[in-house]
Amino acid sequence: MNAEYMIRTEDLTKVFGNFTAVDKMNIEIMPGQIFGFLGANGAGKTTAIRMLCGLLKPSSGKAMVAGYDVRVDSEAIKRKIGYMSQRFSLYDDLSIGENIRFYSGIYQVPYKVAMERAKDSLKMVGLDLSMKVMTGSLPLGFKQRLALVCALLHDPPLLILDEPTSGVDPMARRAFWNVINSLAEQGKTIIVSTHFMDEAEYCHRLIIMRSGSVLVDDSPRALKEKYGSRNMQELFLLLAGAVNE
Amino acid sequence: MNRRIPAIMLKEVNHILRDSRTLMIVILMPIMQLVIFGYAMNMEIRGIRIGVYDYRDSALSRELVHKFAATESFQISYPQKPIGEMNRYFYQRAFHAFLIIPADFDHTMVRQNQAEVQLIIDASDPNAATMIQNYSFAVVNMFNDAERLLPIRVKTNILYNPDLKSAYFFVPGLIAMILVMISALLTSIAISKEKELGTMEQILVSPIKAHEIIIGKVLPYILLALIDAMLVLLIGKYLFKVPFVGSFPVFLAFTMLYVIVALSLGLLISTIARSQQAAMMMAITMTMLPTMMLSGFMFPIASMPKALQLITRFVPARYYLQIIRGIMLKGNGFAQLMQPGLALILMAAVLLILAIKRFSLRLK
Repeated sequence: MNAEYMIRTEDLTKVFGNFTAVDKMNIEIMPGQIFGFLGANGAGKTTAIRMLCGLLKPSSGKAMVAGYDVRVDSEAIKRKIGYMSQRFSLYDDLSIGENIRFYSGIYQVPYKVAMERAKDSLKMVGLDLSMKVMTGSLPLGFKQRLALVCALLHDPPLLILDEPTSGVDPMARRAFWNVINSLAEQGKTIIVSTHFMDEAEYCHRLIIMRSGSVLVDDSPRALKEKYGSRNMQELFLLLAGAVNE
Repeated sequence: MNRRIPAIMLKEVNHILRDSRTLMIVILMPIMQLVIFGYAMNMEIRGIRIGVYDYRDSALSRELVHKFAATESFQISYPQKPIGEMNRYFYQRAFHAFLIIPADFDHTMVRQNQAEVQLIIDASDPNAATMIQNYSFAVVNMFNDAERLLPIRVKTNILYNPDLKSAYFFVPGLIAMILVMISALLTSIAISKEKELGTMEQILVSPIKAHEIIIGKVLPYILLALIDAMLVLLIGKYLFKVPFVGSFPVFLAFTMLYVIVALSLGLLISTIARSQQAAMMMAITMTMLPTMMLSGFMFPIASMPKALQLITRFVPARYYLQIIRGIMLKGNGFAQLMQPGLALILMAAVLLILAIKRFSLRLK
């Protein structure tokens, strides 16, 4: 496999019992790309992401992430990934500083280095908070940005964000995407799953999934031209609408 | 240097300090349990009412009655109603037992060098009846001893707990039960809670290893469980006046071992249970009943059917009870407690390895 890909999958498949959550997925993601996973709930986005992170073992097929095979080297892959799940997963009963200390600890990042990075990231995401503030007292939009800060502590080349903007208001979503853009400019590869079609416009390339299968795989502009849609919303309804009838 | 285990430990300590519910479980539960169980399980009998029908009424027979009256356990009186109406007294619960001394008491005693007296006991409470019987034997033995009448007699010597104080027996048992229950409870929540909150997913995408999570989660709770051990020991010593003959460091070392077994069991449960609720239920049922029934706490293991005896080998409290009774009452040291100690080490190792194996680094 070619090492220039950040991610490359070959017929990646996950079966739960007799339900095929992801069916023969073939994607290639280049370094520095913002790559979108779009689809309705249950389309297989989260399952695909979890396989790429090493959280789930593929039923069949192959996936190389950052040059490592997910079946063999999941630990090496985990070092290269910053991950944010769709559920808020910091500790509400710890302060911001304690959460940062914990995540820097489990990624074995020296505390001082982690603190420096955290300060930079907090500035980038626009959070100006004392380290002593309890995480549980923050509004959801702040928590999501803080979770991103924690996911960046070990300076991973690959960021995987599973529906990072669900439940966040439109203004905060926009701000979040600005951050994602500047991270991509710094050279990070970013996978974002979302069911907000307007967010697809921010992606360099995207796939639309339905019942575990990849329907299309292209840049937003090429897709709109190809299907003659004015925006992604229209395109999505055209392609995946059957699910929402 | 591995910084992941300290990171998990520090986080757990912060959780514990901020969670007043956990602190309540850790501090109030053992105190309440020990005090309530302690007073409820008091098995000493005092003020047993014994009616005496002394048909001989000689110096010798009165001496026997006097021996009964001299103990704290018995209250002696001479019933008004004839012996034929003894049942009435039992119905009214006026007496617990009757001592009947036959008219030929002195005669047979001197001639045949032995005599019989009869003891009739109300056994509607079998435990109490057994105790009355045992106490009475002890009194009769004292009498024999004093009168030097019998050439051969069975003499029972009760060691380590000469007054057969029940506190001596239940306090170590309760320490064993409370420690295993609370320890298992604490760690059973430790992982299932993170699964429920979704924070486990975030830990699992990091390059952490299963044993680092498990060890990082056990260590802080050892300290907590040891604080509990001190608490129950102090209550046992000062409230229930149970002696502590042995050495404190030995107690601490074995208690730590026992607590590690219990914490590992809790973690194993935690890896199996899907919710915090289920984990807590499993932790309580898997520790409380076996510890009460199958550790030798309530019922002697030797008198159990073979199959049950086999099962007791898998109950950690069985070994700890041996250890703690040995330390508190007999002053045993490391050398005498090697065998149960090794059993606990083996159990801790097996449970920890199982917990680590069961703890999957991937999601289900």
